[in-house]
Amino acid sequence: MMSAATERTARAWVVLDAVPDPEVPVLSVRDLGMVRGVDLADDGTLDVVLTPTYSGCPATEMIERSVIEALDAAGLGPVRVTLRRAPAWTTDWISDEGRRKLREYGIAPPTHVVGETVPIRIVRGAAVPAPSCPRCGSADTEQISAFGSTACKALWRCRTCGEPFDYFKPI
Amino acid sequence: MRDSITVSTDPTVRYLLRLADTCLIHAQRLGEWCGHAPIIEEDIALTNIALDLIGQARGILTRAGQLGGQQLDEDQLAFLRDERDYLNPTLVELPRGDFAIATVRNLMVAALLEPLWMRLQASSDAEVAAVAGKAVKEARYHHRHAADWLVRLGDGTAESRRRIETALDRLWPYSRELFEPDAIDEAAFASGLGPRWADLREPWMAAMRDAIDSAGLAIPAEKTFLSTGRMGIHSEHMGHMLAEMQYLQRSYPGGVW
Repeated sequence: MMSAATERTARAWVVLDAVPDPEVPVLSVRDLGMVRGVDLADDGTLDVVLTPTYSGCPATEMIERSVIEALDAAGLGPVRVTLRRAPAWTTDWISDEGRRKLREYGIAPPTHVVGETVPIRIVRGAAVPAPSCPRCGSADTEQISAFGSTACKALWRCRTCGEPFDYFKPI
Repeated sequence: MRDSITVSTDPTVRYLLRLADTCLIHAQRLGEWCGHAPIIEEDIALTNIALDLIGQARGILTRAGQLGGQQLDEDQLAFLRDERDYLNPTLVELPRGDFAIATVRNLMVAALLEPLWMRLQASSDAEVAAVAGKAVKEARYHHRHAADWLVRLGDGTAESRRRIETALDRLWPYSRELFEPDAIDEAAFASGLGPRWADLREPWMAAMRDAIDSAGLAIPAEKTFLSTGRMGIHSEHMGHMLAEMQYLQRSYPGGVW
């Protein structure tokens, strides 16, 4: 039998599963790996710990508000959001479920982040690791632009089916 | 009209303002590209980079505002200082120029910020270290993008090569200031807040040489010219830029979205 406190945090996680990222609404904030903890503070406030995705992400403040509104609406308040910047968010925190949802939505999920401390070498014609096409599955793809419609995406094209697609850039 | 604020002369605050202002002023110039880039993908790229830089500036300005015995928020620091209280190197305030200028400046700044953020991850200030942990990933992404363009333009047509050589010659002299040692850097180094910018010269040169070599270009000759933006003594372009950047907050104090 769960204590009331455990039940409240467990229900909060379920609610957070349905709070969408405003820029990639197919993903919830939980799929993104932004929710780092849900704790019950001594004063009875539910403390949700979020790690922001990008330094300049314009959606961060909106996400904070949606989290509070959703938990309040579910009767789980009072709620507060704490932003935790360290350790920094990485696309490696996107869940397997999140990756599946991205692919089905037509966005290639990020590859795993490697070699972050290695100095950048500029090699002519060297390819960045290519994602496979989320539409036809072909591995024959090319980058159109390193920056896409939102801070988290790059623009790619499939050479097999000819379709352009978004790629969630690994960072 | 809103009065200016006075900023602490505390060396920790000054060190952080140099970093934040480098990001902020570079971002303001990049924002001027919105609607003007040669292709739509670059329009998006330059404004995306600007957005990352503004986010980084916000984190550091917020921290700077809590230190030095003052309670100033990020917006007050961004919009209500007088020209001489901005401590960005002159490089980032120079006019937008053509796309070659944008490419060279993006590379020069990213090649500086990347090793700087890398070292700031170990800062004695936990807030600064946290901002750095995220920013270093973004700086790497910006670095790669700018270096790719340098190679493309240097190795492109006769016209693109002429433009990129002109841009390199024009901006290179402003790099000397970046690594000029002074008491603010020494204090930051001594307290563990962050590295001396002079110590970043070696990784910066290595990154610049790598991209310039790949582009088939040559590193310009050193000149004796020394700009002084980091000391608050700016070029004639800074005041005009601030007039535009600060207009809204000066005229409509406290205005928000």
